Amino acid sequence: MSQFDLYEEQHHPTPWQQTWRNFTASHISMVGFILLCFLIGMCIFAPLVSPISPITQNSDALMFPPSWDDRGSINFIFGTDALGRDVFTRIMHASKVTIGSAVLVVCVALFIGLTLGSIAGMLKGIQSSILNHLLDSLMAIPSLLIAIIIVGIFGVGLVNSMWAIAIALIPQFIHVTRSHVSEQMQTDYIRASQLDGANKKQLFFYSILPNLSEMLVVQASLAMSIAIIDISALGFLNLGAQSTTLELGAMIADGLDGAYIAPWNVILPGLFIFLFVLAINIVGDGLRAAIRARTAR
Amino acid sequence: MIVIFLRYGFLFVVTVFVLILLSFIIAHVFPGELLTNLSGIIPTSMVDNTRLETEWSINSSTIEQFFNYCKLLIQGDWGVSLVSGNALLDEMKRTIPATVELSFYAAFIALSLGIPLGCIAGVKAYTKVDFSINGLSIIQNSLPVFWLGLAFILIFCFSLNIFPLSGRLSVLFNVPQVTGFIFVDILLTDGINKAAAFQNAFVHLVLPSIAVGLISAANITRLIRRSVIDVLNQPYIRAAKSRGLAFNTIFFNHVLRNALLPILPLAGIQITTLITNAMIIESLFSWPGIGSFLLDAIYQQDYSAIRVGMLVVSVVVISLTIFVDLINRIIDPRKSSLPDVSI
Repeated sequence: MSQFDLYEEQHHPTPWQQTWRNFTASHISMVGFILLCFLIGMCIFAPLVSPISPITQNSDALMFPPSWDDRGSINFIFGTDALGRDVFTRIMHASKVTIGSAVLVVCVALFIGLTLGSIAGMLKGIQSSILNHLLDSLMAIPSLLIAIIIVGIFGVGLVNSMWAIAIALIPQFIHVTRSHVSEQMQTDYIRASQLDGANKKQLFFYSILPNLSEMLVVQASLAMSIAIIDISALGFLNLGAQSTTLELGAMIADGLDGAYIAPWNVILPGLFIFLFVLAINIVGDGLRAAIRARTAR
Repeated sequence: MIVIFLRYGFLFVVTVFVLILLSFIIAHVFPGELLTNLSGIIPTSMVDNTRLETEWSINSSTIEQFFNYCKLLIQGDWGVSLVSGNALLDEMKRTIPATVELSFYAAFIALSLGIPLGCIAGVKAYTKVDFSINGLSIIQNSLPVFWLGLAFILIFCFSLNIFPLSGRLSVLFNVPQVTGFIFVDILLTDGINKAAAFQNAFVHLVLPSIAVGLISAANITRLIRRSVIDVLNQPYIRAAKSRGLAFNTIFFNHVLRNALLPILPLAGIQITTLITNAMIIESLFSWPGIGSFLLDAIYQQDYSAIRVGMLVVSVVVISLTIFVDLINRIIDPRKSSLPDVSI
């Protein structure tokens, strides 16, 4: 079949490709994206980047200041802590734990939230209304409180704190999914596939889910930044990862004892939490703007 | 209107009931004796044991136990703290006002920074001013609150030595606790230098409330910016412009009100963030509020204190949220409970 050849392009970009084009058009978003890639690469290749083990104690180099200080040494770029361990290596390995557990938490919360939210969105009437009110009140309970309760029952530990944060994040996902799904259920294309005889399962997987994906990515980026800050906050408060586990928040809590003599042990791990969250926020904002620009057209 | 009040009243009662039930379940689930988790006392003799058992009706069925628990809660017998032995009701009267005070000043800072900055950024959207405000708010929003607090301590308390490190008031001022709000208590106390005491309380308050307030300010700025941009694109603004109204008239009469309206329900969610941040900051600055109380309780495995603290904090947060929701519904009856506003 011959095609009508008015335009040069035969290929129509998919919605994701269009979003990606809008995203790359913004310099700030790209800077955030490159920063994020760089930081994540640094986490993954930490053993290659730094030859030193994060638990090696150099007893001849206790509390060395960072290398830009006059008394610092180039052998330890970010200095050493009270036990003579290299701070730079420790930060890289600790970021791996913090970011990895944040990704896990967001995945769990996303999966549960998506399931419950789409069920709630496709339901109507009293069931949906009860669920809504319950969720709205659940959303108001601070994550720190949930963490305190879970730690009280099961004891401290990184995995317990991860569960607490996942529980705190789930209501947001449910809320967003529910409102989006119930909005979509009113649209014409859903009615069309209903007329085609699609059952609820088909309706969800072929019609609604593809339209949800963008919203989920944006919401996940938001949840990701919250998860990183919360995991490190719980680590800092000694409720999450303990100081034997390499985790950014626990590192800060570790450095707190010598904060007056060696402030870099507190400032530098925090700076890396900040950089991670900043990069994720910038990318999330860029994605949101890109999607808005595409749908506004 | 009455229907709305009844509905929210019903919602409030049900939520509080669920929370009380949760706190009751928590006492069962926590490690240790149930009796100790509820009352906070480790009985030392048989007489003690039987007295406490009858008071908390441990030996009857779980449902009777729960109703007895509710009755004791209403009577004000909340048990005592396992570690300090103080009545938990008094502990709550001491700590909750401190947290509310800190959160209130933080919210004040957040609103007084966030609303003007958000409006400026929204009106000058996509210009250099907007980009710098937006950039600043993203940076502020990415700061972990505990790290910001630590940085404040290192800079302002240790290096510059201009703000005190911990507490609410210097111990030199002997201010007995009446309301729990420090400024009111100072006013009620006789025989101290009130001006000096006020100044002292103020410098103690500055760092923690700025640390908490800055983070919420960033969120509010972003929300308001988006809302103002959306309102400025509405047809009624174009209509107002075509009628030749001055910009100030348009902004204050048409834009501001409509832009603030969708923000209100989101303020409910901000309350949660604000109180969580306040609780973390409290433990840094040794602020004697509910956050440091709960964290101390968890470190010392003081389960009766955790049970009551959790109940009180969640009731405070949820009733504030429901209250904001109710106000929102009264101001704008069209709105459903939580409309979605993107940043």
